[in-house]
Amino acid sequence: MVRFIGRRIFFAIVTILLVSAAVFAIFSFLPFDPASLTCGQRCTPQIIEGNRIKLGFDKPIYEQYWLFLSGIFVGRTYGSGSAAFSCPAPAFGYSFNENACVTDMIKESLPITLNLAVGALVIWLVLGISLGVIAAKFKNRWPDTSSSVFVLLGTSLPTFVTGLALLIWVSIKWKIVPMSLDGYVSVLDSPSRWFMYFILPWITLAIAYAALYTRFTRAAVLDTLGEDYIRTARAKGVRERTVLFKHTLRAVLAPIVTLAGLDFAGLVGGAIITETIFNLPGLARLTLRSVYEFDLPVVLATTILAAVVVIVMNLIVDMLYAVLDPRVRI
Amino acid sequence: MSELLRINDLHVAFPTDDGLVRAVDGVSLTVSQGETVAIVGESGSGKTVTSLSVMGLHKKGTAEISGSISVAHDGGFLDVITASEEEIRSMRGRSVAMIFQDPMSALHPYYKIGDQLAEAYLVHNPGKKKEAAARAVEMLDLVGISEPAQRAKEFPHQFSGGMRQRVMIAMALMNSPKMLIADEPTTALDVTVQAQILTLLASLQKEFNMGILLITHDLGVVAQVSEKVNVMYAGRIVEQGGVDDIFYNPMQPYTLGLLKSVPRISATGSERLKAIPGQPPSLISLPAGCAFAPRCEYIKFADSNACATQMPALVGTSAGHTSRCHIDESKRQASFAEAMKEVR
Repeated sequence: MVRFIGRRIFFAIVTILLVSAAVFAIFSFLPFDPASLTCGQRCTPQIIEGNRIKLGFDKPIYEQYWLFLSGIFVGRTYGSGSAAFSCPAPAFGYSFNENACVTDMIKESLPITLNLAVGALVIWLVLGISLGVIAAKFKNRWPDTSSSVFVLLGTSLPTFVTGLALLIWVSIKWKIVPMSLDGYVSVLDSPSRWFMYFILPWITLAIAYAALYTRFTRAAVLDTLGEDYIRTARAKGVRERTVLFKHTLRAVLAPIVTLAGLDFAGLVGGAIITETIFNLPGLARLTLRSVYEFDLPVVLATTILAAVVVIVMNLIVDMLYAVLDPRVRI
Repeated sequence: MSELLRINDLHVAFPTDDGLVRAVDGVSLTVSQGETVAIVGESGSGKTVTSLSVMGLHKKGTAEISGSISVAHDGGFLDVITASEEEIRSMRGRSVAMIFQDPMSALHPYYKIGDQLAEAYLVHNPGKKKEAAARAVEMLDLVGISEPAQRAKEFPHQFSGGMRQRVMIAMALMNSPKMLIADEPTTALDVTVQAQILTLLASLQKEFNMGILLITHDLGVVAQVSEKVNVMYAGRIVEQGGVDDIFYNPMQPYTLGLLKSVPRISATGSERLKAIPGQPPSLISLPAGCAFAPRCEYIKFADSNACATQMPALVGTSAGHTSRCHIDESKRQASFAEAMKEVR
């Protein structure tokens, strides 16, 4: 187990390095002069050249990459003398558009995205698994049929439709959830405001995913109910309730965990529409804005971060699998 | 010897889009304490459907069941067909236990062996966790698994096929049932392990004085362990008798065909395996008469019109040996004699 984790972490680091190098290379070969992007309308060649040297764009690309990497561990200082400014470790670059260290920008938006993703995950798992189990239990009867209506709606309605519909009706017309508060509040500061801030985006995301999980769970439960070991349990005299909620659900759990881990990773930095509709200043919004504004250091950092999250979630899923399935020994 | 299981005129049919599949069509048999009753027949002849009916394991709504199945339970008899779900549940595993064909898939892959065994005890003795765990180890020991306390903590995938079937047997014995249904218990195992499992079953049968209903397609297994044999074809019992009757004095062409088709180790190189020609009939549209008539080699000895239109009754020379066949007893002796020489 220890050896497995060690090996996996090693390969994860190698993968992250490769991804970061690739992303770095792509952004370096873009037909833009990164230095000229650092100043606005009234630019003089002097300012551009000054920024070029300050940000290290005058150095060869491998050296720039090295400065980028080392900045993550030791921080980075741009320029010299009184005009110098520095970003402490872990430094992922400096955004001239916002006049801020990229790390600080991510630090502000990441919690919002994580709150969004975790809350949505909890809702869609509870909803999706329960509906899936009910649909399987009452196969071809009305609970199954009505759940398939939900599945159809959930998978076919795009999030900008469900999100806007929730916003228009629940917030504006019925005024159940106040439309705009003073921005993000941590759950520790005010649980009720935190809840109101996130509930509609959670539901928006959860509906789409819950539909998929309902379908997946229903199929997996029906599959498992046909297994020989379920017949064995029944032949032992086990109650039907126990057969379903212990023997069957236990077997269905492992693949659901895998799926959920990867979907969760995709949401970190990927919930662009939901974050936009509900005006959540999360990671996806940050990336989107940076792409529009050619704020390359931010795009570079968020891209690498998204890759890291996927790699780390993969590692976690693999380790969880070993815990959930005794046949997988690592 | 008291009776443990009485099946009387059991019919099981499954409605499908293509029509009604008559999987079991008028089966009657009894199993008493201490005896082994075999049901033999090819795939699809209704053996397993019969055994699952006894456990009440057909899903509600998918099967149409009629007739009666009386199981000795709690000092009386329980009719599985009319009993409530809860009554059947309290019977399963306690009065009648069952072991299945494929031990590789019959155990839950995610639970420890000991826990799966203990559960069989716990469902009928709620709350007695300590007793259940102790009994699980005791039963594992009884079925010949070494270091049972240690192995109870392992998972099914850490056991070989033969060991898993031993575990299944141990699980079946958790509540000391009076009756055991063994559905092809050795089919998925290799031959040496088969012999061990059969020997084990026989010795446990003596120890617990159990009645065993053995479902198999393997005549070798039948000869080795059973006292009474029911030969099934297309959902019906076509011959019923003691094991010697069936093997030395078969009265039905299908039984004879089965005996002839057993590969013989003394066969010479050029000798071909004697299969019964043709295919079993579709259970949706059974022939009006004898279901075996279209494949019967001996139809010339009977009134072929009767074979095609009338289902022969289950009648016999003696009370213990009956068969369904239109061939006259006198003609049968002569016509089967040649084939029986080969069989021996």
